[in-house]
Amino acid sequence: MKYETIIGLEIHAELSTDSKMFCGCSALFGGKPNTNTCPVCLGHPGSLPVANRTAIEYTIMLALALNCRITPRSVFHRKNYFYPDMPKNFQISQYDIPLSSSGYIDVDMGDHVRRVGITRVHLEEDTGKSIHIGESGRIHGADYSLEDFNRAGIPLAEIVTEPDIRSPEEARAFMQLLRATLEYLDISDCKMEEGSLRCDANISVAVDGELGTKVEIKNMNSFRALFRALSYEEERQRHVLDQGGGLIQETRHWDDAAGKTHPLRSKEEAFDYRYFPEPDLVSVEPDPEWVERLRGNLPELPQERFHRFIEQFGLTRDIASMMTGEKALAGYFEKTVESGQDPKELAKWVAGDLSAMLREAVVPIQSCPVTPAGLGELVGLVDRKVISGKMAKDVLREAFETGRGPEQIVDEKGLFQIADARELEVVVAEIIAENPSAADDMRNGKEQALKFLMGQVMKKTRGKANPEVASRLLKQKLIGKD
Amino acid sequence: MAISIEDVEHVAKLARLKLTDEEKETYRRQLSDVLEHARRISEVDTSDVPPTSHTLPLRNVFRDDDVKPSLSVEDATGNAPWAVEGAFKVPRIL
Amino acid sequence: MVDVINQDALSIAELIKTREMSALGVTQAFLERIDKTEPKVRAYINVARELALARAREIDTELADGVDAGVFGGVPIAVKDVLTTRGFPTTCGSRMLESFVPVYDATAVERISRAGTVMLGKANMDEFAMGSSTENSYFGPTMNPWDLDRVPGGSSGGSAAAVAAGEAPWALGSDTGGSIRQPASLCGIVGLKPTYGLVSRYGLVAFASSLDQVGPMTRTVRDCAALLGVIAGYDPMDSTSIPGELPDYLGGLTGEVKGLKAGVVRELSSEGIDPGVKERFGETVALLEGLGVTCEEVSLPSFSYGLSAYYIIAPAEASSNLARFDGVRYGYRAPGESEDVWEMYDSTRAEGFGGEVKRRIMLGTYALSAGYYDAYYAQAQKIRTLIVRDYGRAWERYDVLVSPTSPSTAFKLGEKIDDPLTMYLSDVCTIPVNLAGIPALSLPCGLSEGLPVGFQVMGPPLEEEKVLNIAYALEQAIGFEARPGLQHER
Repeated sequence: MKYETIIGLEIHAELSTDSKMFCGCSALFGGKPNTNTCPVCLGHPGSLPVANRTAIEYTIMLALALNCRITPRSVFHRKNYFYPDMPKNFQISQYDIPLSSSGYIDVDMGDHVRRVGITRVHLEEDTGKSIHIGESGRIHGADYSLEDFNRAGIPLAEIVTEPDIRSPEEARAFMQLLRATLEYLDISDCKMEEGSLRCDANISVAVDGELGTKVEIKNMNSFRALFRALSYEEERQRHVLDQGGGLIQETRHWDDAAGKTHPLRSKEEAFDYRYFPEPDLVSVEPDPEWVERLRGNLPELPQERFHRFIEQFGLTRDIASMMTGEKALAGYFEKTVESGQDPKELAKWVAGDLSAMLREAVVPIQSCPVTPAGLGELVGLVDRKVISGKMAKDVLREAFETGRGPEQIVDEKGLFQIADARELEVVVAEIIAENPSAADDMRNGKEQALKFLMGQVMKKTRGKANPEVASRLLKQKLIGKD
Repeated sequence: MAISIEDVEHVAKLARLKLTDEEKETYRRQLSDVLEHARRISEVDTSDVPPTSHTLPLRNVFRDDDVKPSLSVEDATGNAPWAVEGAFKVPRIL
Repeated sequence: MVDVINQDALSIAELIKTREMSALGVTQAFLERIDKTEPKVRAYINVARELALARAREIDTELADGVDAGVFGGVPIAVKDVLTTRGFPTTCGSRMLESFVPVYDATAVERISRAGTVMLGKANMDEFAMGSSTENSYFGPTMNPWDLDRVPGGSSGGSAAAVAAGEAPWALGSDTGGSIRQPASLCGIVGLKPTYGLVSRYGLVAFASSLDQVGPMTRTVRDCAALLGVIAGYDPMDSTSIPGELPDYLGGLTGEVKGLKAGVVRELSSEGIDPGVKERFGETVALLEGLGVTCEEVSLPSFSYGLSAYYIIAPAEASSNLARFDGVRYGYRAPGESEDVWEMYDSTRAEGFGGEVKRRIMLGTYALSAGYYDAYYAQAQKIRTLIVRDYGRAWERYDVLVSPTSPSTAFKLGEKIDDPLTMYLSDVCTIPVNLAGIPALSLPCGLSEGLPVGFQVMGPPLEEEKVLNIAYALEQAIGFEARPGLQHER
């Protein structure tokens, strides 16, 4: 029996507009309960929605970035259901005529490219938030709940993929690419932990080409959780099939602490949403010129930048991927390139030491104490052999911690590398004289002796000796060749 | 068009209305009558007729993304049957 | 002393402007009238006595200081309790909102306020505007001033009765399937449903969003034009609000109608119409012809399906609009401990809503539910298209269309309340207008057995001027002077 995992994703991204989707309340995250509300987003009798143009624009931009077709005439629909976090007990959403459809995005997995079809990208409003009061603070076993409508009415872009994803790795890579895309477009904060990016998945296992039973997975609150949940579920389903059992179409809840999914018991069984066109809103017919202008104004997208970094700068796939995964980091890197130094070297420093320092200090790249020009300076110093690579690490550390420029630090501390052969010859001669047995060992071909002697040269020059020159000189003197 | 009691119960659940047995029967009868009358519309051939959800020729009605002042918490929760520290209290959901 | 309670609004405005009467004096006169008449008519749910007196005093001060108090400064008005009034209860005739106090004014309310009017109170109505008799109000029915054993019509029955009984010179009502025009007809006053989108719905508690409109209910056509001018016009808070400049409705009343063409809608003027109504209607058509308007019969076949389509579309939209009433953020909540929020919803809505509202919610939910949407809702929307097309064809030949407003005069309290279908049939003449979103006005055209008969004038979208002008000319020709006796028939 040949198994194939089939995954489709449904993603909701909060759009970073200033005001809500259908009213002028602030869309800022946080704030004391019900401090950003009005008759419209509280669903007061007589209130009416008016659509936020910027939210529509952002959704069109996202749709274009995902190669979708923009629907010439789309409408809003009411999705009717009762829930305490719903101000009107219907959600203004889109149904059979969404803002966009039929797109795709190519996810580069390294050894293959997975083209993930995008069924649709549409626009809807978010619900309020329930805070469950009880022993555990979770919905099960709560005594009562408190409703906060600050979030109610925030614009949400909903992205639905075709079931084209074939593994949890691909799902994670897709989400990372989508997140980067949202970031590059500057239309969403996309923080899964804060809830501005949410993802549900549908996963099934096809047996010998025959489609299996779809299971919906909810409550995955990070990319890691997504990966773990899908991996677990894939395993669970295959196991059931191995045993000859059957799977039921259901919704399962990912329990991150326990590391498993379990069936969701819900009293809200009636899923008849009774969709009908929203009578309080008129149709959305994006002017083709407007759409073309938005298309022309799209920034370079993550995959484009990824390929450009490889072609233009000669970066490796891994480093290019790391560089482009975060817009600010990519921007930082490109600024360092302006210094004229070798992009591959610059990228190594940005991806390596600098990123490690940022992570350790929990500082975002936007607040990096080392400027792009400063990093360029550092790489230049190494390139001109003024300091060794090892010394550069220390200089970078100092620059990061004090905010001073690398050249300034090297100057002040007199860290200039000694690369002059004549100067080093003196030191090398001294070391050979001071370490006769090691010198003999080296003459006799013992590799470790070179290491030892090099260490001594470094010690005597307090790390300043250029390793290549010192090594060459030692070899010349003791072995008679470079 | 006969509607069953089960139909009535199903609809009452969707609409979140608690009905007595007597009410269920009354509504069953009345809904059947009205729907029977309304079903006349199925006589009409509408195969090439598009639906009208709006008689207005309006489209693309938008507002700018400007923030306007919100209600005070007092105004927002003032009409609530049950409010606690600025939030709306509801009985347990599950 | 001027008999102010029998004056029309424009005359009252003039009296105050010329300082022949103070705003306070006018308001006091109407409040006195309300005190005397309410026990019999019960047109108001809540009278805003203190607010009205304070506002009237304010206006007198402004006038004394030479400040502009608004074009209708000091003229009292009744507002149907379906429009939100900030700081003053808005009940929609329902237990669900018995103690609800809105935090904002409806746009129409804001505009009449800015024009200087003094709100006397919130008028009674069928619960959530669902009904044709005002018998569905949680606060009890309103009685028709012409015969206190009869209904004033609905759902704007309170507004119509108040104006007819001299408890307000004019009023705001709302119309979804005839709720301004039918009570206007039954109470012998003028009522106009404007083109859909002409008057903002912001603050109008929604019944059927694609059909609802706010409109004037007045004693004269001139008052009607004047009040329309105050409330009409673009509102950015309503996405279905029509942009653009407004004509001068009052200024457009010339009374010159010679050469115009009127179509008498066969489907609304023959079957099921009371003989008395038919007679008055026929006489009025003759009058119209006498004014130089060519009248001929026209058939608009889709109209026979209007009632059926309406009783799918309106309840469907209503079932969704009324879902928000769940006891969480405002309004009634079932007392006592609930097992869970679902039980709280179920009890709150069962107790908070009256029978007619629940019936329509059930009907609407059914029509939208899985498996039935195409047969009911979708099909009804297509019938709507056919009605719009029929009207469109009519406008190519006719300037206006006419029919009786209501198939009967005021019926007795309790007569139709137990049979919903019979009650629904009261709307047969008025419903197609809402489905097509066009303007229509009801004008009193005479009495039949002592009860008023209404004449309906329908016009093309955004041609209120034409409708008003024909009504104005007719009004002069009819000379309807009768006043209700506030009596029991027996």
